[in-house]
Amino acid sequence: MSSTRRVPKSLLVPAVVSAVFSLVPIWYLLDTAVASGLNNALQEFFRSSTLRVVARSVVLAACVTAASAVIGTIAGWALVLSGIRPRGFLLVMLSLSLAIPSYLSAFAWISWLPWLDGFWGAFIVLSLVSYPFVMLPVVASLRAADPMQEEIARSLGRSDLSIFFSVTLGQTRTAITGGALLVALYALSDFGAVAAMRYEAFTWVIYGAYRAGFNPARAAVLSLVLVGVALVVTFLESKVRGRAGAQRLGSGVSRQRTAKPKTKQQIFAWLFSIVIVGGGVGVPLVSVITWMFRDSQTEIANIDVVRAIVSSFEIGTFTAIATVLIALPVALAAARYSGRLVKFLEQATYVSHALPGIVIAIAMVFFGLRTMRAWYQEIPLLILAQTVIFIPLAVASMRSSIERSTAAVEDVARSLGTNLVTTAIRVTLPIALPGVLAAVALTLLSSAKELPATLLLRPTGTETLATSIWKYSAISDYASVAPFGIALILLSAVPVAVMTATMNVGRAE
Amino acid sequence: MNKVSRGMKGLVAVVALALVGSACGSETDSSVNGDGSSAPVVVYSGRSEALVGELFVAFTNETGIEVDVRYGDSGEMAALILTEGSSSPADLFFSQDAGALGAVEEASLFATLPSETLSLVESKYSSQTGNWVGTSGRARVVVYNPSLVDTPPTGIDDLLDPKWSAKIGYAPTNASWQSFVTALRVTRGEDAARTWLQGFAANKPVAYEKNAVVRDAVNSGDVALGLTNHYYLYEKIAAEGAAAVVAKNHYFVNGDVGGLVNVAGVGMLQTSKNQKSALALINYLLSLAGQEYFAQKSFEYPLVAGIAQYAELPALADLNSPNIDLSDLKSIALTQEMLEEVGLLTK
Repeated sequence: MSSTRRVPKSLLVPAVVSAVFSLVPIWYLLDTAVASGLNNALQEFFRSSTLRVVARSVVLAACVTAASAVIGTIAGWALVLSGIRPRGFLLVMLSLSLAIPSYLSAFAWISWLPWLDGFWGAFIVLSLVSYPFVMLPVVASLRAADPMQEEIARSLGRSDLSIFFSVTLGQTRTAITGGALLVALYALSDFGAVAAMRYEAFTWVIYGAYRAGFNPARAAVLSLVLVGVALVVTFLESKVRGRAGAQRLGSGVSRQRTAKPKTKQQIFAWLFSIVIVGGGVGVPLVSVITWMFRDSQTEIANIDVVRAIVSSFEIGTFTAIATVLIALPVALAAARYSGRLVKFLEQATYVSHALPGIVIAIAMVFFGLRTMRAWYQEIPLLILAQTVIFIPLAVASMRSSIERSTAAVEDVARSLGTNLVTTAIRVTLPIALPGVLAAVALTLLSSAKELPATLLLRPTGTETLATSIWKYSAISDYASVAPFGIALILLSAVPVAVMTATMNVGRAE
Repeated sequence: MNKVSRGMKGLVAVVALALVGSACGSETDSSVNGDGSSAPVVVYSGRSEALVGELFVAFTNETGIEVDVRYGDSGEMAALILTEGSSSPADLFFSQDAGALGAVEEASLFATLPSETLSLVESKYSSQTGNWVGTSGRARVVVYNPSLVDTPPTGIDDLLDPKWSAKIGYAPTNASWQSFVTALRVTRGEDAARTWLQGFAANKPVAYEKNAVVRDAVNSGDVALGLTNHYYLYEKIAAEGAAAVVAKNHYFVNGDVGGLVNVAGVGMLQTSKNQKSALALINYLLSLAGQEYFAQKSFEYPLVAGIAQYAELPALADLNSPNIDLSDLKSIALTQEMLEEVGLLTK
């Protein structure tokens, strides 16, 4: 294997630049925390309430991660191995909850079942919006996995359940832990769901430091605690992941599965999909549709909805392209090389993902005013802020897709005298293409529903779908929220469909 | 050329994209209007567009001065201004409540307003240092259901009577409720405030998502009393007609802290390069047109003397609201900690 080679400079330099860029918020947090005085910072940290609330957040994130891993893995199994049809449609439906903002989903659940507030409500909502981060890589790796291992196990008399636990889980371990890492960081950073559910999580305290304490320095100190938790989580993931590659044994293309699906398994797969899609997409969508029929003082002009769609799409597209470009060198290095430096670079791009959006936004305000004044409250700085938030999504999906191809093809190209850059463009990029497209779609979706950074950094007067939803829900005018909410959910189906279609590449149905 | 790394190309591409993006998004950033008049006034508004948007349009129509409004949460806007410091592009900060204004005042980022402007409003509804001025007021009230309540409580200490056990509605995350608790802390001190809150918690108040829901719960008889702002009742009467509403407002008029009158207000940033137009906008908010707008649109109290208020309201002076420096309401974080401690904020 090629993993012991040193990373060539032409890859290392851009990867370092990307990692440093991702750490901009950390730089701001340290600067602000130190400026507020080390004593003050330590005092803040050692307050008993700080540790208690961190513990509550960690418990929530751990439960959400576990639930998402289970749901995501079962959903992946249902889509690839259970034999249910129509597979493409179900994949889109099961991925669609990615498009639903946690605040919208939480609000829908709480208006339907008011007694759900607190831990369980936050747990259910966060699990339902984040399991696709596990499901998508699991689907991809199961499709790439060689069915032969499974068949060998079956021929040796193993039961279906035993095959699932030994072979299937083994084949998908990297995919599950990689997705689970994203879920854990996201659950730590979320504010929308815990706020609607009134579960006192750590982000609640950080938001309080801004909204009620008017104290960015305190928020900075508290955010560093979250960064610490994120470091521990990424470290744990790297231990669990190990180097278990999903590269295929043998040569050529994976054979198609031939085993006949069983009816009992199909029924289970169907019931499971209906429950999960019903909770993740059905509840919020039905809720938003019923809002349409409520009374409202405001008349929403169609043109306002169209404008918001265009703004969201514009910002999302630029963010997606910028994110993929900045993430690519890190993803490439992480997929093809190992060693402490590579691991560090990859983890550097992850830690900011645990920070709530408002912290990233305030950090970019600080950074933007000092380094790019002309872009302050303009689209470019907003895009950079969102890029910082979404880099890990792009790194993860591109890394896993590059990892699944063998490095041998690149080695052959290089041995034939092609230089690294050309190899990357002509050989690696086509291999990574499904991962790149998935990264674009994931970022676009996440950008469209992102609120806190958009609210603070958008050009004055620009309204996106997310800011419009905020604008009217802040004054409880849900009839006016409805058209924007419906547009967000339905239009998100387009990138979801594109993303899931790329997962069918090379597969004859 | 082989040495040109992909990263460099990537960065160049990002820069290029960002430039395109900024070109797309820069329709609104002209610093001089087409007719050569002054630059637009940049307002950071913690009050929602639905509530105050029309007022800014009316100002532009009347004066020809453009206004660029950035809407957000009052607290987040204050944090934004504190982070921007002297680089803030904002001319004015228009806040939903006094606490956020107090925080910006404390950071010495506001300019002192001219006395002609300050003198329009009774001094207890503005900053004591002249850094910001109140633009409209809202009173804390007890909304009650007359079929369940003969004599409404006369002060917040009456609310601790066991006869109200499980019969009081409140909105724990609402900013006005938290401002009231902050006023309680400021006037009675931390220990007395904690004691009151513990007594209140022991009386098992019923938590609702927001003030409007508290009001509806009182109206339907789910609870007997509700702690809200005065205008929620009148919004319901305006929307559904007086016949549909049985609930009534009870005003504490004895200086009890439960009758706190909090304000929305505005301050001008010291760094504003557009102070003349900014002051014109502040004065417009305090003009007959501005004050009547608040009185009619949201049933709030106009703060400038001699302007007609909503007919159902007792006169502002008769409310005899507690004397408190409204800038002191900035310590909401301490309030939230205390609410957390006594179990009144989260689950």
